[in-house]
Amino acid sequence: MADTVAKPSWQKDSAKEHVLVEARNIGVQREGRWLVRNVDLKVHQGEIVTLIGPNGSGKSTTAKLILDLLHPDEGQVILRPQLKVGYVPQSLVIDPSLPLTVKRLMVLTASYTDQQVTRALARTGASSCIDRPVQKLSGGEFQRVLLARALLARPQLLVLDEPVQGVDYAGEIALYELIAALRDELECGILLISHDLHIVMAATDTVICLNGHVCCSGTPGRVANTPEYRQLFGARAADTLALYHHDHDHHHHDDGSISGAGETCECPPEET
Amino acid sequence: MRAMVAGIGVALIAAPLGCFMVWRRMAYFGDTLSHSALLGVALGLLLQINIVLSVFVVAALVSVALLVLQRDDRLTSDTALGILSHSALALGLVVIAFLPGLRVDLMSYLFGDILAVSRFDIGVIYGGGLLILALLALIWRPLLAQTVSAELALSEGLNPQRANLVYMLLVALGIAIAMKIVGILLITALLIIPAATARIFSKTPEQMAAYAMLVGVGAVIVGLMGSMQSDTPSGPSIVVAALLFFLLGQLVGIVRSRSTRNA
Repeated sequence: MADTVAKPSWQKDSAKEHVLVEARNIGVQREGRWLVRNVDLKVHQGEIVTLIGPNGSGKSTTAKLILDLLHPDEGQVILRPQLKVGYVPQSLVIDPSLPLTVKRLMVLTASYTDQQVTRALARTGASSCIDRPVQKLSGGEFQRVLLARALLARPQLLVLDEPVQGVDYAGEIALYELIAALRDELECGILLISHDLHIVMAATDTVICLNGHVCCSGTPGRVANTPEYRQLFGARAADTLALYHHDHDHHHHDDGSISGAGETCECPPEET
Repeated sequence: MRAMVAGIGVALIAAPLGCFMVWRRMAYFGDTLSHSALLGVALGLLLQINIVLSVFVVAALVSVALLVLQRDDRLTSDTALGILSHSALALGLVVIAFLPGLRVDLMSYLFGDILAVSRFDIGVIYGGGLLILALLALIWRPLLAQTVSAELALSEGLNPQRANLVYMLLVALGIAIAMKIVGILLITALLIIPAATARIFSKTPEQMAAYAMLVGVGAVIVGLMGSMQSDTPSGPSIVVAALLFFLLGQLVGIVRSRSTRNA
């Protein structure tokens, strides 16, 4: 954008009122097993926070706690009052027996004018899809439509669960660029979930590495210098390692509990 | 003539309820509720209360039982449905055996007895039908949103669980009302087949519900005329007519996709 100042406003102020959502020590258990535990996170206005971690590390569970779709058994989630949240859920599959055009999907949960719908679709580059059945869209088109749908409510916080699934590499980069641009334009906070590393790191302000609990967190630069992250990153680059090890001062048990210092944790392999 | 009016009413109720059944892959749920209707009939005769009421109450209880059973992760939905469906059917048959000195004309309940429809029945069909369609219109948005994604619906401030419960009760009521026309064994057909036929021609959910109503009404008219002409049972004749519409629709669908591929 032409009129940008040196640094966007959100980086300057650390004032409390710009915190959109804060999770304090949240945890959820199912049948005696903690799916996630001791998770702290904050999303500020204009900030992109990315949750990364292997499959089953509790990323979606954490997102659902933030969205109030799940209730924490421990800790609490504090949302700024009257916060408008837009959500793109993971792996949304629409049954082929349901006739649904993109246009109809856009007004599924609330009424919007044709103009609002057209503008939202145009903003995410999905205008040409408007009259097509949703089941006939490509992965990238569908994600753009879902993103446009989430924008309709003028959200102050966007929660995007794996927004690049089913999208090819080039499309992935374009989507992350779009997400970053939307952040600048709407000045909203974004909680992004990904099990993918490379591209996410470039477009994010804060990274939280999750594996049932917060392994490490901080700015991409800081996280990239932690041994945990370097191990993660190295494994990705090497590509031949089936398992990546990262040195923890603790150990993950099957029941989700954590113990011991100086032990090594084996995280499940990442899917590529 | 009365049969025709009653049949059309039932088709109009069944079509939109059936659309949601198709979208949500709940055809077996419709079957389960209609099987439980036999228990409702038996209990209604035993306690000498209105049959439509007793069938509705039993079907509603079975719906709630299903919701409770579905909370148990160790049971899949179709197992829960299988248990409820056949237990209710067996219970119904057992209760019928207990009916003192009363010979129940099972056939008329299993396959419908549209020609014995009274004025009062027509009143029940249209009164109940209006109630069903009005309530369905009220819960349309949350129910449809839940069909697409319960999480999306919930995160955007709708109440999908309540919509789901209301829908199940509406199906129970629809089955209680429709039972006399097509019979317990064939109600699901009247719910599913018009909806499946309409799918081929529809671009939106609302369109599909409207087309399903047309197909259902058409099937009732054609089926009843055929049944009068060739003296076949009315309920099954309506379903056969619906099947013919469905096959015709499939044929049109195939021809159309061929022609668009060649174009």
